[in-house]
Amino acid sequence: MTKIQTLPAAVEGQSSKTSKSPRRRESPGNLAFSRNARIKGLIKHAILILVGGIMIYPLLWMVVSSLRPNDLIFREPGLWLNNLEMSNYTDGWSALTHPFGHYMINSAIVVLGSILGNLISCSMAAYAFARLQFSGKKLFFGIMLLTIMLPFHVVIVPQYILFSQIGWVNTFWPLIVPKLLATDAFFVFLMVQFIRGIPKELDEAARIDGAGHPRIFLRVILPLMVPALATTTIFTFIWTWNDFFGALIYLTDPDMFTVPVALRAFVDSQSATSWGSLFAMSIVSLFPVFLVFLFGQRFLIKGIATTGIK
Amino acid sequence: MSAIGELSTMTRRKGPMTKEEKKANGRDNKAAYVFLLPWLIGLVVITVGPMLMSLYLSFTDYNLLQPPQWVGIDNFVRMFGDARLHNSLRVTFTYVLVGVPLQLAVALVIALVLDKGLRGLPFYRSIFYLPSLLGGSVAVAILWKQIFGTTGLVNQVLAMIGIQGPGWISDPNTALGSIILLHVWTFGSPMIIFLAGLRQIPNMYYEAAEVDGATTLQKFWRITLPMLSPIIFFNLVLQIIGSFQSFTQAFIVSGGNGGPSDSTMFFTLYLYQKGFGQFDMGYASAMAWFLLVIIGAFTAINFIASKYWVFYDD
Repeated sequence: MTKIQTLPAAVEGQSSKTSKSPRRRESPGNLAFSRNARIKGLIKHAILILVGGIMIYPLLWMVVSSLRPNDLIFREPGLWLNNLEMSNYTDGWSALTHPFGHYMINSAIVVLGSILGNLISCSMAAYAFARLQFSGKKLFFGIMLLTIMLPFHVVIVPQYILFSQIGWVNTFWPLIVPKLLATDAFFVFLMVQFIRGIPKELDEAARIDGAGHPRIFLRVILPLMVPALATTTIFTFIWTWNDFFGALIYLTDPDMFTVPVALRAFVDSQSATSWGSLFAMSIVSLFPVFLVFLFGQRFLIKGIATTGIK
Repeated sequence: MSAIGELSTMTRRKGPMTKEEKKANGRDNKAAYVFLLPWLIGLVVITVGPMLMSLYLSFTDYNLLQPPQWVGIDNFVRMFGDARLHNSLRVTFTYVLVGVPLQLAVALVIALVLDKGLRGLPFYRSIFYLPSLLGGSVAVAILWKQIFGTTGLVNQVLAMIGIQGPGWISDPNTALGSIILLHVWTFGSPMIIFLAGLRQIPNMYYEAAEVDGATTLQKFWRITLPMLSPIIFFNLVLQIIGSFQSFTQAFIVSGGNGGPSDSTMFFTLYLYQKGFGQFDMGYASAMAWFLLVIIGAFTAINFIASKYWVFYDD
């Protein structure tokens, strides 16, 4: 009984989060099956809790282990803590050439530059693809979609040669400049999809009022596409924060290390005895992503769903 | 209209359809190219230029110090006889052909369980989604290195029930499996796409099937699966393309060498070693183009095969 009564609320919650979905499948009409449905529901919850528990357990265990003395990490599979051992964090923080905060700041610079680059360049390209008529549009749009699928490795060697010739190795430019040039075509596609959903009448109205394209873009379209911009911001944050390959190739000077390459240097430099501080810094490195996930989840899920479905 | 629909029409027509294009011809050319300028520069300087350049380099011997030496198809001939490269292909194919279907199957099953307006859905969804955001990080790869180590978490748990597990990542037979598991662990993002897809299936189909007395299994095979097939296809294409490029996890778990005994030597890892370890840029470029051809071939096969199993409603 309770199950069925709570259904509409659950449905409301999920549909507002995903898309303008049709009604859910269960209708309050099958009251006769309510007992059956309740057992089914219980089984489902059991499966989900089991699978979810197994998935999350390693992460929880890493958090707990980072607060334990080193030797326990290889003996204690449980999650209970006798006392908090903060030394892993203080040791790990200062284990490398620079304090770990240095690498966090480097990462933050690259992330901010990338976000700014993606927001500006991708929204401009998306406006052109979604709203403007121009020769070669079909061809360019097709090429844009193809570049989403292009493996990074095909361009990395000449890109490296190019950037090293202009002296950009061990600077953040090779990681930021491509974003300023809208090479993350995934976001162009996401924004095109979003702009197509904005009523054209709004553009028309602005045009009748004498607005040109720059004005329509800045005053009409951009304010309306804030959700797509938020999705782009969040994905760019997470992907750039986690980016290892690019940083591995372009940043070889410890001064310039971002968090992933710093962690890698940490793994390489440490003997098996300092897993505690390695875990501690891993937790520190995941924390910003976790925060973004916590507060931006709505946009993330919407973003994935739009690109897949719309 | 699904993205897949769009993508597939794309390949047939070499361009998306916009109704407006018929009435206006080049009216906004100037404005359009201004808006497209950053993207166009990026396309030329960051994407197409380097692509052509790497195609050229693949026919040369180049170590960054001396100018490239034209060697014809030598690099490709070398690839033909390079046993480590063949091994890296085997490793990568295993990873893709086992990891992707497994991950999508888990994603689909969990999405199906979650779909039916379950209490606490947002909570479960978050729990399942979180790993797919963290899975690409070095930190999680480090965690994996520990938990699948000889005295890692997995073996500690196994020891509690009296089993002595192998050193998963130090044993060539199980190392790749551990990394495949990491891939399966990130099933959250295809799951979200499945969930959104499931919502799009009109309720009336199920109602009609119920009137006809269809069982749950029948409803799944006859309604859910066909209606969801474009989404399955979409996930399949994306995940295959992405998995061929996997790098970080194998790099960190193996300490950068693809070991033990090359059992986690992904194609991309070998490419990295050739290009940026030994600065054999010509060979690395040839490998990169080979990877592009492989991914292109897989995607093409996917699209061709989709005609036989993907069902489009419209």
